[in-house]
Amino acid sequence: MKQKTTTKTSYHIPVGPIHPALKEPVYFEFELDGEKIVDVDVKLGHVHRAVEWASRKRNPIQILYLAERICGICSYCHPAAFALAVEDAAEVQIPERAEYLRVIQGELERICSHLLWAGVAAHEIGFDTVLYLTWQVREKALDLTEFLTGNRVTKGIMMIGGIRRDITKDMLPKIQKDLEYFKQMYEKLGNVFLNDKTVKMRSQGAGILTEEDALKLCAVGPTTRASGVKKDVRVDTSYFAYGDLDLHCVTPADLTGKVNGDVYDRIVQRLLEVKQSIEMIEQCIDKMPSGDIVSEPKLAKLLAQLKKVNGEGVGRHEAPRGEVIHYVKLDGNDAPFTWKVRAPTYNNILPWIPMLKGNQIADIPIVAASTDPCMSCTNRVGIVKDGNKYELTKEQLHKLSVEKTRRLMK
Amino acid sequence: MAKKEKKLTPQGIVKSFRDEFKTKIKDVQIKKRAAGKKKNETVTIWMKVDKSAFKSVIEHLCKLQFPHLAVASGNDLGKTIELIYHFTVNYGGRMDEINLHISVELPKTKPEIETICDWIPGALITEREKMEMLGVKVIGIPDDRKCFLPDDFPKGVYPWRRDETGPEKLYKNLHEVKK
Repeated sequence: MKQKTTTKTSYHIPVGPIHPALKEPVYFEFELDGEKIVDVDVKLGHVHRAVEWASRKRNPIQILYLAERICGICSYCHPAAFALAVEDAAEVQIPERAEYLRVIQGELERICSHLLWAGVAAHEIGFDTVLYLTWQVREKALDLTEFLTGNRVTKGIMMIGGIRRDITKDMLPKIQKDLEYFKQMYEKLGNVFLNDKTVKMRSQGAGILTEEDALKLCAVGPTTRASGVKKDVRVDTSYFAYGDLDLHCVTPADLTGKVNGDVYDRIVQRLLEVKQSIEMIEQCIDKMPSGDIVSEPKLAKLLAQLKKVNGEGVGRHEAPRGEVIHYVKLDGNDAPFTWKVRAPTYNNILPWIPMLKGNQIADIPIVAASTDPCMSCTNRVGIVKDGNKYELTKEQLHKLSVEKTRRLMK
Repeated sequence: MAKKEKKLTPQGIVKSFRDEFKTKIKDVQIKKRAAGKKKNETVTIWMKVDKSAFKSVIEHLCKLQFPHLAVASGNDLGKTIELIYHFTVNYGGRMDEINLHISVELPKTKPEIETICDWIPGALITEREKMEMLGVKVIGIPDDRKCFLPDDFPKGVYPWRRDETGPEKLYKNLHEVKK
C-alpha cells in the first residue's frame, strides 16, 4: 500500500481485491479529495495460477487446452495465439480452409465478448433493462457457438496446424439466419446506447485517455482505438485469413467524426467492431475455399514432428480486448522450454491511471469497466477516514453509481 | 515523442541499427511468414544486441519511430538470462506492421539491465514482472514493488529460473498428502 498523500485534505480508499465493478479480483487504492480522484495505484496478481509453469510438464497439444482455461471469455484467443507461436517456431503450413474457419471462430467470440461487455457497462450505470436486452442477443451468439463447436464457452476447437471442426454446407442456413438476427439487433442496440440521453451524460467526458497516453502506455485493442490510435493486429499483419479480407481499422471517428477517448467512445468503438465482425464472418463464408481443415490429422505424428523442432516463435492475435501475444521456445523436449503469455489487459492496466484521475467515486465502476478488464469482480470497498474504518459493499458502490445516473436525469 | 512520419522497411531498420551500433548488434534474422489464400506476408526481425548497447538501442528505436512494446519475455539459459523485448513498428497501415524482437543476454553473476520506462512508460509492468520472476535487477525503475507475486513471497526464489533459485522447493507433492 502506498499511503502517501499529496495534499492535506486528501484521503485513501482501497477498492478490491474482490471487485471494483470487474469480474475478477484486482486491487485499487484511490487517493481522494472529497469526491475527486487524485491518484490511483493498482495491485495485481490475486488470480495468478502459475499457468506458464504448469506448461513445463505438458506437450504442445495439452497446452492448447490449458491455454483455453486462462480466460473464460476469450477461450479461443489464447489457444489461437499459442498455436500461431508453435506454428511459427515449427514452420507448419496451415490449410487455407482452416485459416478461414479460424477467422469465423475468432469473430464469433468477439461478438459474444463485446455483447457481454455492453451488458455489464449498462448494469454499471444502472440500466438493467439494457443488460437483459444485450444478454438476450448474446445468448443467441452462444447458441451459434454451441452449434459450430459443440460447446458454449471452452470450445476446444483450436489445433496446431488447423482447426478441429469444419463448417458443412447444411450448417450455412442457420449461420446466415443468426447473422441476420444480429444485424437487426445491432441497429436496436446501437440506438439504445448511442442516442440515449442518460448514457451520454454518464459516459461523455468520463475516463478520458488521450492519444498520446495510449501510445506511451502501450494500450491495446478497443481501448487504444477509441483514443484514435490505429492499432489492430487483424489489419496490421497477415495471419489466419485476415490478409485476404476487405477490412480497415475502425475508430469512433467513423461514426461520430471525431475521437475524444472517453467512455462513450469506447462504447461506440465496440459497437462498430460488432458490426465489423458480422461482416467479416459473411466475407469468410463467401470466400472460403474447400480442402483440408488440419495439416496433420494424426496427433502422435504431429507431436513427434514438434519434438524435433529447435527454435522460437511468436503468435499474435487480436482478441476482443486487444492484442494477445504468446512467445514459445521449443528445445527438442516434449514440453516447450518457455511459454510466455501476455493477455491484453496486462497492457491496459497502466492506462487506467490517467483515465481515473480527476473523475468521481461514482464513476469508478463504469470507467474501470470501460477497458473491459479481464481479471475479475467490486465486492467491497473499505474507506479509511480519520482512523475510522468504513466498509462500502459492492452493492453500495453500485448504488452510488445508480444514484449519480438518477441525479443527472433530473 | 517521434510521431509516425515515414514507413520503415525491414532492411532499413536493420541497416540503421547496424550503422549506428556496428558489432554490438550480434545476430539479425529477418523472417517472413505467409498466410491465407493470397499468401500475404508478415515480416519479423529477430535481433540480438550486446548488453552494453541495450539502452542506446531502445533510444535509437524510439527516435526512428515510437514503437509499441507488447511485452518482454525471458529465458533462463543456464549461465545467462535472456530477455526478449517484443516490439512492433509501422502499425496503422494495412499489413505494414513489422515485428521486432530485441533480445539481450545478461550474465547470472550480475543480472542487471537499465530501465526503458523513461522512453516507454508502458514498460513498467513488464519490467516489474521480470524483476520478481527472473531476479533481474532493473536499474532506475520508477516503481520496484512486486507486481504479480504476493508481498510475503519467499526472498531469493524466482519462479522462471531453472537453477537452485527456482520454485522447486515450493512445490506441493499432492500424492504424498493423500497417503
